[in-house]
Amino acid sequence: MGNSIFHLQWIDYAIMIIYFLFVLGIGWVLKRYMKDANAFLEAGRSMPAWVAGLAFISTNLGALEVMGMTGSGAKYGMLTTHFYWIGAIPAMVFLAIFMMPFYYGSKARSVPEYLKLRFDEKTRGLNAILFAVMTVLASGISMYALALLMEKVLGWDFNLSLWLSAAIVLAYTYLGGLSSAIYNEVLQFFIIVIGLLPIVVLSLHEVGGWSGLKESLAPIVTEKGFAGDTFTTTWKYTGSANGNPMGVEWYGILFGLGFVLSFGYWCTNFLIVQRAMAAESTTAARNTPLIGAIPKMIIPFLIIVPGIVALVLMNKADSGFTIMENGKANYDLTIIKLLEYYLPTGVLGLGITALLASFMSGMAGNVSAFNTVWTYDIYQSYIRPATNDKEADAKHYLKVGRMATVFGVLVSIAAAYLAGLFGNIMDFLQTIFSMINAPLFAVIFLGMFWKRATGHGAFIGLLGGFFVALLHHGLTVPAGATTLVKGGWLGVIHTYPVEMAQSFWTAIFACASAAIIAVGISLSTAQRKTDDELRGLVYSLTPKIKEDHVAWHKRTNTLAIIVLTMMVILSILFW
Amino acid sequence: MLDIRIPIGLLFTVLGLLVTAYGLITNVNLWSGLLMLVFGVIMLLLARKKKT
Repeated sequence: MGNSIFHLQWIDYAIMIIYFLFVLGIGWVLKRYMKDANAFLEAGRSMPAWVAGLAFISTNLGALEVMGMTGSGAKYGMLTTHFYWIGAIPAMVFLAIFMMPFYYGSKARSVPEYLKLRFDEKTRGLNAILFAVMTVLASGISMYALALLMEKVLGWDFNLSLWLSAAIVLAYTYLGGLSSAIYNEVLQFFIIVIGLLPIVVLSLHEVGGWSGLKESLAPIVTEKGFAGDTFTTTWKYTGSANGNPMGVEWYGILFGLGFVLSFGYWCTNFLIVQRAMAAESTTAARNTPLIGAIPKMIIPFLIIVPGIVALVLMNKADSGFTIMENGKANYDLTIIKLLEYYLPTGVLGLGITALLASFMSGMAGNVSAFNTVWTYDIYQSYIRPATNDKEADAKHYLKVGRMATVFGVLVSIAAAYLAGLFGNIMDFLQTIFSMINAPLFAVIFLGMFWKRATGHGAFIGLLGGFFVALLHHGLTVPAGATTLVKGGWLGVIHTYPVEMAQSFWTAIFACASAAIIAVGISLSTAQRKTDDELRGLVYSLTPKIKEDHVAWHKRTNTLAIIVLTMMVILSILFW
Repeated sequence: MLDIRIPIGLLFTVLGLLVTAYGLITNVNLWSGLLMLVFGVIMLLLARKKKT
């Protein structure tokens, strides 16, 4: 206990215990509604738009995101907001207006199932298996990071933290299924916002508000070789890679992050889309990403701005604030050090609870997506297909869904221990599996907007894009890379200034090649689906949604205009 | 189905009371506690309004 960063008091533990009692209580209350597989794995498609919308964004607000983005705030300043504005909002609007009607209206229960309906079984199988492996990997890495952090910060035993967090996630997802995961994600969203809010207020108060922050930053940033206001602007210095600390030009941000990476993540990742698919109606499903987009735009002020203040504190001799560890700056510690620096006992417990909550929302999101894909897309498709007895099937698949939850958590625990033993290999595997997102977006986009796209085209396009991504990663490295995990494992033909530029271009090459291959193969193979089979799955064959019966302020187009206007205003304010 | 505003309202009311009381006994605890308390009560009122 002696080396831990925090020494919590009874009040801090009381806050944590009360919070987790509520989390488990929600699972317990929802247990009575879990009568069949539909209720357990799809939340009975009964979620109001605001609940699904907050869960949609909370799933993405995992602790690795909170810690990483606060660190990025200290490293890159307001440039980090590109991940929240141009790197998220256009994709969320596109998902809401153009893609949700097909995901929701087709009655597909998952993204892989949409691929089956639109293309064929092999395309679904490929996506389902890759997705299932990716979710338990991500969940395991998140568990490992949580246990490691608790050991370092609170002096808790690594194994105890790992098993306790896994047991809590297992308990509430086993009891209440997707509904419980979604309800707790909403609870976690509010606890994260309220838990981190004191840091924002106190840190800005200390540096004299936004104008004081800009003044304090100017000499620090100038010393790094950039213009004085680089860290408080977003687009101004993206004319050249050398003009900003991210090392990326505006077109790399616009096309790499703003188009390929963000559309690949927000529009096709079932972990995210599942929240919208649980909404109570087509309108609610379409509004889910748009409601989530509003807090998404505000989150930078909660986690990036304190990161920028941390940079000022690091350079203030009398502050005593440091993120140095063994002689090196560890930016992942930024949020932890800010908690230590600003929060007294009491709200400190709230801040730690917020971090724990964000870890668990990431884990539960992965587990609930895994059990749906496992039950519907793997077990029901290849092991035990549905019979004519729908009632018996619903009960059987409920049991399988629950077993998949236990299995998913146990495999995540194994992945967490593997991450401890082979950290680099696990990071590498996660990098590799995430490469499927960009080609997947290309294939789904073609499937939704081009009725000529065929199953063979989709499957080969998906594989081709994935291999091009692997090839690009294997032949390029970011400057200063010391391990093959970062790329160059086939040889080096190009060096990128930073890792981010490499990942942007990997996604661009993967998406473009997947699209070209899918179009080429589709044109040379026969379309086996009739127009009737494609109705509700392809834009040109599906009746347009009319929202005349919906109040104007609840219409998807109205919300989309509001969200895009907000993004433009924020981008101009912080240009 | 359970109205999510009830557990949210209850949680933040309880935490708000606890942190406010701790702040008074021992000002970030005070204003954070009051903020949570107000948020919790608003959530409970919204849940009650929906029920009626």
